[in-house]
Amino acid sequence: MTGLFVLFIYVGIFVGSFFVVTKVVQKATPQDYTSLKTVTFGDESAVRPNRFAGVLSILTLFVIWGMFTGSSLLPRFLHAPAPFVGTTEFTYTAEADGSQDDGTVTVVVYPREVETDAPEVDPGDGFAKNDSAAIAQWRTGLIRVDSNDEIGRGDGATVVAINGTPIAPGETVQVDNGAVTLSDKGTPNFAPYRGWQMEPLYLPPPEEVWKRTMNVISDGFRNFTLWQHLGYSLFRVIAGFLLGALVGIPLGYAMGLSNWFRGWFDPIVEFMRPVPPLALIPLVIIWFGIGEVGKIILLFLAALWIMAIAARSGVSGVNISKVHAAYSLGASKWQIMRHVIVPNSLPEIFTGARVAMGVCWGTVVAAELVAAEQGAGMMIMVASRFQNTDIVILGIILIGIIGFGIDMLMRQAEKWLVPWKGKA
Amino acid sequence: MTGLVLTDVSMRFDLPNGTFVQALENVSLDMKAGELLSVLGPSGCGKTTLLNIVAGFLAQTSGKIELNGHEIHGPDAERGMVFQKGALFEWMSVRENVGFGPSMKGMPRGEKTEKVDHLLDIVGLQDFKEKAVYELSGGMQQRVALARCLANEPDVILMDEPLGALDALTREKMQSLVLKLWKETGKTIILITHSVEEALLLGERLIVMAPRPGRIHKEYRLPFAELGVGADLREVKKHAEFGPRREEILAMIWDMEEEIMGRTENAS
Ligand SMILES: Nc1ncnc2c1ncn2[C@@H]1O[C@H](COP(=O)(O)OP(=O)(O)O)[C@@H](O)[C@H]1O
Ligand SMILES: [Mg+2]
Repeated sequence: MTGLFVLFIYVGIFVGSFFVVTKVVQKATPQDYTSLKTVTFGDESAVRPNRFAGVLSILTLFVIWGMFTGSSLLPRFLHAPAPFVGTTEFTYTAEADGSQDDGTVTVVVYPREVETDAPEVDPGDGFAKNDSAAIAQWRTGLIRVDSNDEIGRGDGATVVAINGTPIAPGETVQVDNGAVTLSDKGTPNFAPYRGWQMEPLYLPPPEEVWKRTMNVISDGFRNFTLWQHLGYSLFRVIAGFLLGALVGIPLGYAMGLSNWFRGWFDPIVEFMRPVPPLALIPLVIIWFGIGEVGKIILLFLAALWIMAIAARSGVSGVNISKVHAAYSLGASKWQIMRHVIVPNSLPEIFTGARVAMGVCWGTVVAAELVAAEQGAGMMIMVASRFQNTDIVILGIILIGIIGFGIDMLMRQAEKWLVPWKGKA
Repeated sequence: MTGLVLTDVSMRFDLPNGTFVQALENVSLDMKAGELLSVLGPSGCGKTTLLNIVAGFLAQTSGKIELNGHEIHGPDAERGMVFQKGALFEWMSVRENVGFGPSMKGMPRGEKTEKVDHLLDIVGLQDFKEKAVYELSGGMQQRVALARCLANEPDVILMDEPLGALDALTREKMQSLVLKLWKETGKTIILITHSVEEALLLGERLIVMAPRPGRIHKEYRLPFAELGVGADLREVKKHAEFGPRREEILAMIWDMEEEIMGRTENAS
């Protein structure tokens, strides 16, 4: 229900900002060449990401996050309706031996982090005495209203009405700031108004995550600093990837250049390629345990096949004219390898390396989720076990940022080292 | 004894389905050093196969090829090749591409630089020495390919439709360049082309090949290459003999193509 509401708001902002930005704001911006094209639909080159849209997109995510978590970063009027906190009352009517009497129930709904006792209340007159209860925000509570009454449930008293509205077991009556449901045994169960916001246990507001981030940065998490956790994950990825490349690239070259190697390793490579590295985690743990060795071997295996296949197709992809030309220019086999085959395969190898780094990063996080002493994956796994949702979210954001950063670095390296990529 | 001699060269490709293609049958050819030969023929008549055999990329199924008195086996720096496109090394600059052959031979740096600079001057690329080859236009790339081939000082230069991918204007300029290089270097050149005019302009000798089996159908000796050196090629085309020759050869190739079409139609 809330989800649908969030979706509506999101679509609303999407459409609304589209009209505002494109029809009003960007009307005034200078025209460039693309804006003179009359055919833009279907012309992929005319589609460029709108920078406003990019900024608004990220902003929208944070705004919606803040709205539905009651973030203090947003002005109050933007918040989704908050859950009830404070003191409220309802009355119940008890019936015993044909006579009825009312009692008032005072309920204190307190924020979860401020434990509060039920207030003292004047018992009042009649056989049904006034009651009080304390319920934590987001929770509901059975209130044994008859426990202090002169005629209790054991003596045949039953609750027949709430705030004057008749009620039977299983039925619900809306009261101020919540609802009362009569349990099967006839005890009122008070559910305070929950509002539209997410419970912090499930989704803390952005500033809480930020605070926790600062906290983890200064105090660390589980005996390791945040940088150590991330550093361990990165170290495993880089070590595994480098080993995989060190073995995979020569293997791929050999497969691209020799019938025997191709015949021997093709079945292995083609079989291992579609096996997701995640499926190897159990076996690797059985064989090598949960330490560094096992993780690095897992990542080695994740990178190995990708790099071997990239190197193989880099070799096979060489335009035969280049090899022929080199031979007619007097190059030896070794010189052709060094000056033609290897440089020609570099673009493919870089593409492979980018894929391999991405797969390794995903695999290391998954492996750490399963078992690890430290690492980004271990951090979010342990945090989720202790319901530290803020750390889980922090971890996911960091994992995303690092994955993105790795890809950007690889792209940059590609631009520097193989500028001829795609130019042949 | 100098020159390139082909004696009864045949090439047969056995296909996986048990049939075979006779790409060349008893091709014999005798070229003196410094001759310029152009080769014409409908596609599939074995021109590329012939050139690849002379280059040493393919081994003929029978027959003999001799260059300057020795039989050839495999590729060698004495026989240079210029491809239609895609044979330059994108990871090297123009200078490095042209200097590739000398580098492989271990020529001293100074000597190499001098040679490369000289050749780049000849082909008119002195301002593009440090550029990457993918930054050049198609015509410039073919100039680099020519210079790279010449830097190696081969005895024979083999060209498989070297100007086929160029636009008409660039092609005309490049034709003049090929003639100029031929005259200045005195190399033996075999040039395959699809264009009858080009074959007439760039061939002291011209052979027309016929398909199935691939063989030499007719041979001409022509004055146009000699006339075209250093001259306007458009003037050469106005030569009294040029038009009739062109029509004659066009008709010949046209007939062959018709015959091929007819055969495939009957077969289907
Ligand atoms: N590697 C090969 N395997 C089988 N047939 C081939 C091969 N190379 C060329 N051929 C055949 O030989 C004939 C001549 O080919 P090619 O020399 O490329 O002709 P051209 O260059 O004159 O167009 C064609 O029929 C072609 O199909
Ligand atoms: Mg051909």
